[in-house]
Amino acid sequence: MTTVEIPLTTRKDWSSDQEVKWCPGCGDYSILAAVQMLMPDLGVRREKTVFVSGIGCAARFPYYMSTYGLHSIHGRAPAIATGLATSRPDLDVWVVSGDGDSLSIGGNHLIHALRRNVNLNILMFNNQIYGLTKGQYSPTSEEGKITKSTPFGSLDHPFNPISVAIGAEATFVARTHDMDRAHMQEMFRRAHEHKGASFVEVYQNCNVFNDGAFEGITAKDNRSEMLINLRHGEPILFGADFDKGVTRRANGELAVVPVAEVGLDNIIIHDVHREDPALAFALSRLSTGPTMPTPIGVFRDVERAEYGELMNDQVEATKAKRGDGDLNALLRSNSFWTVD
Amino acid sequence: MTTRQTEQLDRVVIRFAGDSGDGMQLTGDRFTASSATLGNDLATFPDFPAEIRAPAGTLAGVSAFQVAISDHEISTPGDAPTVLVAMNPAGLKANMGVMERGTTLIINADAFDERSITKAGYAENPLTDGSLNQFTVYEVPMTSITKEAGKEAGVKPRDAERSKNFFALGLVSWLYTRPTDATLEWIHSKFGGKPQVEDANTRAFRAGYDFGETAELFDARYEVRPSVFAPGDYVNVSGNTALSWGLIAAAKMADLPMFLGSYPITPASDILHELSKRKEFGIRTFQAEDEIAGIGAALGAAYGGSLGVTTTSGPGLALKGETLGLAVSLELPLVVVNIQRGGPSTGLPTKTEQSDLLQAMYGRHGEAPLPIVAAKSPSDCFEAAIEACRIAVKYRTPVILLSDGYLGNGTEPWKLPDTSTLGTIEANFATEPNHVKEDGTAVFWPYLRDADTLARPWAPPGVAGLEHRIGGLEKADGTGNVSYDNVNHEKMVHLRQAKVDGIANDIADLEVDDEDGDARLLVIGWGSTWGSIAAGVQRTRAKGEKVAQAHLRHLNPFPKNLGEVLRRYDKVLVPEMNLGQLSRMLRAEFLVDAQSLSKMQGSPFRAAEIEAAIAEQLGAL
Repeated sequence: MTTVEIPLTTRKDWSSDQEVKWCPGCGDYSILAAVQMLMPDLGVRREKTVFVSGIGCAARFPYYMSTYGLHSIHGRAPAIATGLATSRPDLDVWVVSGDGDSLSIGGNHLIHALRRNVNLNILMFNNQIYGLTKGQYSPTSEEGKITKSTPFGSLDHPFNPISVAIGAEATFVARTHDMDRAHMQEMFRRAHEHKGASFVEVYQNCNVFNDGAFEGITAKDNRSEMLINLRHGEPILFGADFDKGVTRRANGELAVVPVAEVGLDNIIIHDVHREDPALAFALSRLSTGPTMPTPIGVFRDVERAEYGELMNDQVEATKAKRGDGDLNALLRSNSFWTVD
Repeated sequence: MTTRQTEQLDRVVIRFAGDSGDGMQLTGDRFTASSATLGNDLATFPDFPAEIRAPAGTLAGVSAFQVAISDHEISTPGDAPTVLVAMNPAGLKANMGVMERGTTLIINADAFDERSITKAGYAENPLTDGSLNQFTVYEVPMTSITKEAGKEAGVKPRDAERSKNFFALGLVSWLYTRPTDATLEWIHSKFGGKPQVEDANTRAFRAGYDFGETAELFDARYEVRPSVFAPGDYVNVSGNTALSWGLIAAAKMADLPMFLGSYPITPASDILHELSKRKEFGIRTFQAEDEIAGIGAALGAAYGGSLGVTTTSGPGLALKGETLGLAVSLELPLVVVNIQRGGPSTGLPTKTEQSDLLQAMYGRHGEAPLPIVAAKSPSDCFEAAIEACRIAVKYRTPVILLSDGYLGNGTEPWKLPDTSTLGTIEANFATEPNHVKEDGTAVFWPYLRDADTLARPWAPPGVAGLEHRIGGLEKADGTGNVSYDNVNHEKMVHLRQAKVDGIANDIADLEVDDEDGDARLLVIGWGSTWGSIAAGVQRTRAKGEKVAQAHLRHLNPFPKNLGEVLRRYDKVLVPEMNLGQLSRMLRAEFLVDAQSLSKMQGSPFRAAEIEAAIAEQLGAL
């Protein structure tokens, strides 16, 4: 087998000639830049890369990449991408979505793509609002949120996207935010390296309809006290002096505590490869919204057979056993009779 | 032993009826199989409830299987049974409406106890109250003899009783001089793993056969000679099987891997089952989380260069409507199979209807034209599937293939085609840039159309230099870039319509069966009504009357000569299992006074109903 060199590329090679049409100041710009700048480092080919999206602001993403791209319908991107990725295992398929697209109209497709472990990199830009339809509450908006469709406050209890993904037994689950390019790129890279379905929630600021939603945790000055940076194999610590950490109480629940109170030995060591999703799920429950210390990073990264590969293996195994399909033989596979 | 004479019959219609758990479908299926190997022409009509096990003994739980066997070519499973095999009172009562005077009734007398009689809704025992006087009734103690036979096999009486359908099959096999080898062989292959069950079923079958021979109940046996078939290999095929095989054939013809995205739904699931078994053909089958994901995955695979297929029935097609809109906009090949059933909503899930024609035609948002192809008989589903795939691939368009529950489950003998003559379907993937910009650079325009077909290039990911972005937003003609330009939008609407309309140049003219060319009435139909219409037309002609028949394979676009054909006749009659959907389309398109003959009873038209409607139209001329 000959190894074909992947041509060296720059961000420019991964940018399409289409004018980017998000609102000035939108968090989507920084995510797009992070992806475009990361692609040259991933060792992949443009023609083998496909971005699939649904509907919403985030869903315009494929138009701005110079790869193959499919801007589909609301919520259906995981289903469409499943057909593409399973039938074309040679492709690198990314799904770009938003909180409404993924968790409201497309919630069903998302959980099934995750549980099947289809080889997709799913990036979900969570701005906790409907932007493209001009400002209604989303399935991740906080209770009581005043929007155009909830002038007296939202009655809905929000989804925690990480909990949903882990509940669906996704094999790779991570969270990042649009204010930290390096962290985003690290998460996207890890998602790409993972075989199977990868789910990355990106906290993304909608400066028009939900400005500052994540500022309390993502602003530079707030990060050290409000972001719990999960690192595999390390104790889960945060705070300016790493003086706070996550421990497990006697009743089994996780809690944020001063390290001094419990001692470093009682701080949980983060293990992304833990098969049982319970601890990762518990970590996702530490924060109920971007107003309290919130874990970011990789929650879970476990190995499980990839769906498209399994599908392909069945086809190949059957071919090996029965030989390539013979139409004449098929037509005569039921009892047939001959008239002379 | 008495020697009885064997009488020749040219055609017989047998209907097996009993409880859902009585194995009537299997009994009918086996009788059909032995008749097929004997060389009869035949047509079947399985007719069963939606419940897997409806309450035992009730009318709602009656499952029936009707088969017509004949020594000449036939196109329907028959209007009324010549023989009804009733395994219980409900099976008898449910069929009283369809039987004509003189019908032979073979009745499991053991099942007519007071409780079962009441459960079926009879006030009196029909076997003794004289209500069956107009029929020839044979009362046979099927259950008790089967139990006796089972005892010899060492089976408990309660289990032994379950073999009584094999007793009935044995008896009817004797009565109609069917060969027994094939059935015994089948019992062995099916139950060989459970020797006691095999033994019990074999004994029950033999007991039934011997009962006919020895009981001196029947005056004669009957024989239906083989029909005359053209030389070749034949199978008895159901529409859903033929359709699955047609899809496989089309994928081979196009040299494309097939991807089936599907969600189980009656009566379409058998296609998913059949294709799932055939992975040696490189078929990927995907049981999706819902109907939407089924078509979504199929479309995603089509984008990637597979022959994308999704299968469903009416309510499922409604759910797929949104993705069909995208497929129309993306202009990608996609085949959507709709095995229609009684609607709206869950309706009559196991019963047949043709009421999704207008949904197929118009059931989408925006101007979203797509080609529609319909199958006319179980075996014809093979050709129809190939035609749907051919159009989809050649014109880069979603195609709806219409079949229905009657075609899907019904069977008929099919002369197997010579697969080497099926021809090819050219996928013609894009391989290089197709446009040179003013500055001299070669670029790829995904919406630059073929001048003849108006089809756009099919450019699956993987080819360097052809990277492009497409989606559900309106695209600029040519470049395919997002365009909100109002004039461009109107142009694209017209282009998509013109592409579909242009397929009329690529399909055969409508053929009319008008023996002397001077009939004044045309009966025109589509889909599964073909058999009934042909039989009704035949009956009319047998009376010396003239009538023309035509049947549409393509519902959109129509064949080019359709308008001219319709205007040739003084009257046009359109029998349909809906409220007149095709007749409405014909009237709208051609301004002809097409008369609708409508039936929506979950079962096909009877030939007599067509014959009567023709007579009425002829009388009004």
